[in-house]
Formats: sequence, C-alpha cells, structure tokens
Amino acid sequence: MSKKILYSLLAMLILTAFVLTACGSAPAEPAAEDTTSEEAEVEEVEEVEEVEEAEEADASEVEVFSWWTGGGEAAGLEAMIEVFNAEYPDIEFINAAVAGGAGTNARAVLATRLQAGDPPDSWQGHAGQELIGTYVAGNQIQSLNEMYDAEGWIDVMPETLIPLISYEGDIYSVPVNIHRANVIWYNPAILEENGLEVPTTMDEWFAAMDTLQATEVIPLALGEQWTQLHLFETVLLGSLGSDAYDGLWDGSTDWSSPEVAAAIDDFAKVLTYTNSDSASLSWQDASQLVVNGDAAFNVMGDWAEGYFRELGMVPNEDYGWAPVPGSVGVFQFLSDSFTLAADAPHAEGAEAWLKTAGSKDGQEAFNPVKGSICARTDCDPELFGVYLQSAMEDWGSNTVSGSLTHGVVANDSWKSEIDTALGLFLIDQDAEAFQTALLDACVSSGPCQ
Amino acid sequence: MFKNKDKYLSVILVSPSILAILIFVYGFIAWSIRVSLSKWKGLNPDFTWAGFENYVNLFYDPRFHIDIRNTVIFTLVFVLGSLILGFLMAVMLDQGLRGEGFFRSIFLFPMAISYIVTGVVWRWLMNPAEGSRMSGLNLLFTSLNLDFLVNEWYTTPYWGIAAIALAAIWQMSGYTMALYLAGLRAVPGELREAARIDGASEVEIYRRIILPILTPVTLGVLIILGHTSLKVFDLIIAVAGKQLSLDVPAIYMWQTTFDGLFYARGAAIGILLLISVAVLIIPYIRYTTKMETEL
Repeated sequence: MSKKILYSLLAMLILTAFVLTACGSAPAEPAAEDTTSEEAEVEEVEEVEEVEEAEEADASEVEVFSWWTGGGEAAGLEAMIEVFNAEYPDIEFINAAVAGGAGTNARAVLATRLQAGDPPDSWQGHAGQELIGTYVAGNQIQSLNEMYDAEGWIDVMPETLIPLISYEGDIYSVPVNIHRANVIWYNPAILEENGLEVPTTMDEWFAAMDTLQATEVIPLALGEQWTQLHLFETVLLGSLGSDAYDGLWDGSTDWSSPEVAAAIDDFAKVLTYTNSDSASLSWQDASQLVVNGDAAFNVMGDWAEGYFRELGMVPNEDYGWAPVPGSVGVFQFLSDSFTLAADAPHAEGAEAWLKTAGSKDGQEAFNPVKGSICARTDCDPELFGVYLQSAMEDWGSNTVSGSLTHGVVANDSWKSEIDTALGLFLIDQDAEAFQTALLDACVSSGPCQ
Repeated sequence: MFKNKDKYLSVILVSPSILAILIFVYGFIAWSIRVSLSKWKGLNPDFTWAGFENYVNLFYDPRFHIDIRNTVIFTLVFVLGSLILGFLMAVMLDQGLRGEGFFRSIFLFPMAISYIVTGVVWRWLMNPAEGSRMSGLNLLFTSLNLDFLVNEWYTTPYWGIAAIALAAIWQMSGYTMALYLAGLRAVPGELREAARIDGASEVEIYRRIILPILTPVTLGVLIILGHTSLKVFDLIIAVAGKQLSLDVPAIYMWQTTFDGLFYARGAAIGILLLISVAVLIIPYIRYTTKMETEL
C-alpha cells in the first residue's frame, strides 16, 4: 500500500513540474506589451515576414549530398563545413554522403531520390555536361546566374571555363575544385639515363617511346578501361588541338573527318607502347609503375600527384610532370561542383552553402586538403605544394578545355556510348568501326543530327 | 462447415504474401516490360511507345554479341567444371576414407564466402603481370619450373572470361559435391554388389548404374549452376571491374541504366535475362512438381 502512495506522489510531482515549466515560459511573451505600441507593431510585422520567409525558404538546415566519404576528399569537405558553420552558425549542415569512387553508387541513389521527389538541397556533380545533360534536362536544378553576379564569381574564374559549365547562357553549378586531366607523369631518372627530353609534341613522344621500347622499361604505364578512355581523350586533344577537340562536343568538328581518323591512329599507336597487363591495374597501380622505376610515362589526372605524395615521393625528383604531348598551353579540366535543387526543401540554407562553396575562404579550406586547385584564380599559392602551384599558374593563363571521362564535355548517355565504342576497339582493334561507332554515338546522344 | 472455415483462414493468412509477391515481383516485371517497350532515356520517365525497337537494337549491338559469347563460354566452363570436379570429390569422399567430415567441410567452405571476396582473392591469384612484377599463381608456376602454365588469365583475349569461371568453379564445386554425396549415399549397396557379382567393373558400375540413378541430382545441379551463371555479375566486377572484354548482360544492364541513363535499353536486357533464366527453370519446376505429385 505504501508503495502505491509513493508512486502517486511521484506522479503528482512530475505533473506539477510540467505545469510549472509551462507557466514559466508564458510570462516572456507579454514583455513586448511593455514597450510602446508602435514598436510592438513593427516587431509584429517583422515576425510575420519571418514566418513567410520560413515557408518559402527554410534556412534552419541544409542537406548536402556528395560522394566524399574518405581520404583527402572527406577531410576537405569537413574543412569547408567548418568555414560554413563559422559563417552561418544558425544553419544546421546535414552531410548526406554516399560512398563509392567517382560517385557511381551515389549517383544511382540520387537518381532514385530525385525520381521519388525527395531531392537533397544541394548535391555534388561533375561540372559540365554530365550535370547539365542529366539534371538540367530533367528540370531538377536552378540557374545560378544571379548568385554569380552578386558574388562576383564571373571575374575570378577563367573566362573559358564559364561556357563549359553553362547551358543556353545559364550557369548551373558552383565549381569547388579543379583537377587537370591532360598531365603526363614521367620518371626523371629514366629519361636522363636514356638521354631523353620531356616530349612536347606527339612525334617527339613517339620517338622517345621508340627509344624506351628497346630497354627493359615499359614506355607508357596504363590501367583498366576507364584510364584508357582518359588516355584516349588526352590523345584526341593532343592530336586535334584544342579548337578541333572542343568542336567535337558542340558538333562543329566532324567525327568522320580524316583528322579524327588520324587521332584514332595515334591512339592505336600509343597503345602499342603500353604494358600487357593493363586490364588488371587500377589507376594507382599504373601510376605507381612510374615512381617505382618500372615505367617511364603515365597519363593520369593530377590526383595522381596526391597519391605520389602519399607514397612519400619527392616532386621533380621521383616524378616530373608536363602537359600531354600536343596539348601544351591547354588546361583540360574537370571539376566537382555543387547545385541548387529546383525544389530545394531548404532553399535559403542551400544558397548559403553555395556561397561558402564558391568563396575564397571555402575553396582555400577545401583544396589544399583534397589535393586540387581552386576554381577561383585568386587563391593564395602559398597554401599549395609545388605541383599545384604550377597547375594554378596554368589554370590562370591557359586555354581551358573539358574532360570527357570526367563529365565536362559530354552527357552521361553520350559518354557511356563512347566508352562502349572504345571497349570494342580495345578488343578488335578495328579503327574504322571505332570511328563509325563514335559518329553513331554523337548522332544518338550528342549534338550531331 | 469446419473445413470451409479452415479454408478461409488459410486464404487470409496467405494473402499478404501473395499480395506482396503480386506487387513486388509480377507488378515490377510488368512495369519493366513496359519500360523496355518505351523510349525512356535520361533521368525523367518517358513512356513513349517504341515497340520492340530496344530488343531489335540489342540483337544488332556488337556489345550484346560479346555479352552472349561471354555468357556461353562462362556457363559451359563453369557448369561442366563444377559438375565434374564436384562429382569426383563426392566419389572420393564416398570411398569411406578417414577424416571424411574434415575434407567435406574444407570442400564446402568456399560456398560460405561471398562472390566479392572470392573475386578479390582470385584477382590477386590471377595477376597477369610479367617479369619482376610477377605475382600470384604465375609466380608460383615459375618457381615450380612450370613456365608453360604461366598465362594472362582474365586478360586473355576472347577466352578471358573462362578464367573468371575458374574462380566460380572453386566456389561452387564444393556445393555440387555435397549434392552428389547425398545422392551417392542414397544408392542402395545391394545394387553395387549385384553388379559386381554379375562381373561389372567399377567404372561400368558408375557409368551404367550410379550415374543414371543420380540423374535427378545432376539435373538439379545443372539448373542451379546454370541460372547463377546467367546472372553472374559481382564476381566479374570484383575480379576485373568494368571492362568490355569481360562484359556480360547483367553488367551491360547495370552500366547502361545507371551510368548511361538508357533506362529502356536496360529494362530490355533485364527482360531478356529473365526470359533466359525462365526457359531454364520453368520446365525444371514443372518436372519436379510432377515427380512429387506422382510420388
């Protein structure tokens, strides 16, 4: 019996506690009535406005979707989130990252969410046609022209970059970082032993590799199929030059032209200098052959530099770099960028996030950690290593072209058709069939009609 | 009266799962068929009627030809290899040797591993590198002076897919063995003795008596292995990643749908896969249910 009484007392106590706290918060409201009626009215109007804004553009939080879950990428994102939190302490940042290299898994998840009408506020995408062809064509993202004007980004990004990330005059994403695709990595000791200079044209490159073919060394290290597509696009650029290369993607260069045929021949010739086990090597394996002294050259994007550093290699000693032969003065770029969802649940939060992503502070926090350069040209070079400094210099001065493998110049469907055509070429070595397939791909999924 | 009540109850109890299967299996099969007959390409659904265009295009698609060729090679090597190896191991264990339980477990263990793990291990074993970078099986062969066995494994032109089948045989032959062992144990000893008295050799006993008795087991194994080999996907991705020389329909379906956004084409490949598996399985199911009802 006594226990029962004890429980009832306890229950009563809790109940009173609730009632008391409820009363406690109430007196705060009438405080406004103490001030003059005019002021109260102004405050009331402001409150109404705030409520309306909250309905239109919720700034309480922002959900950002990316595939940055490991290594320097995740650490860079964390650094940028810190900048964001310092600038916008009231907005809660929700990191919706999905693991998987180059976003293969993340993009499938994102596609499902978009089809279900449940978009994140902002998501990562490769700047250029990958993003435009998929999300702009699907009416999933908004134009950011106003933000570019207001933030003055047009003036701090390379002039030749803007058309590559625009569609019909509208810019649709904020590039956070820049990687370079047309880099040839070489082993300085091997070149010196064989009395070779760093090649700058295709012919010099072939001559150098002919010399190396006679030695034990692999002239050009190559990895699995996507790295071969990467090699193909850089050879296309080196063989055609940047104007004709850019024309491939807007329909002004004919895919069936003899120039493209010559570029395919160049590519076929380049392949004869590669290792026989390429299909079994990841890009890391292939790049590592250069610094280990097994291979003289490797064509890979400049994320390879971050990998070399991880291995404890010294720039200009264990590895050197140059633009892929034939593409000197051209910066073939790729970029991770962030979008603004068309029906962003927290539009104001998303805009705040994009402002941070495009800001000098945000990019300077992200890029040194990720091992890439800023999309802006005004970042402090002191923050970066010797390779990245040279890349920054080129980014500010070179002609900018886009990468195919990494989503800048062709939409997903087109790229996947080109990848299939390349795969078939690697099997049967039929250059004519390859060129026909490339033309077909442009007709079915590109601008050629 | 009582019986009827039971009937109602059972229908009510079963209906949720029937409903779920109707929606999530047959509903989505129907939806995939509809998608495969559409022009859907890109992120947003587009159900414009395209008839059998996607199917017709696939039959002219050189990549799909490679897929079919690879599937045929993979299926032949994998199914025959697993059948023969599994049967031999079962016969060996059936001789009543010591430590049978131990060996049985060892042979069966690979089946407990996922294809991804198998793939990662075999990727390393079948490393095709040459010279000083040689490793895995090739290195083993060289150090045993068996240089003629050194080969390019899954990077071999045309036949590379057979190397992937080796890894699959390693994984599934133990399972085949278990099924055959159970079958062998069910063969009455009198039959063998009678045959021996009639003067049959051991080989003849297996050929004329035991194998015919084991026909249902063989058929079951064929169906199980056959349909897994038609659907093979993870093992290839784990060993070699996305490479066209080792492409199969399941990989094409995945890549074209999610990398290339060709939803209609992906659905058409999916339906063709479904049909090919159904052609294999439906007669088997009819056969087994017929056998069961006859018993």
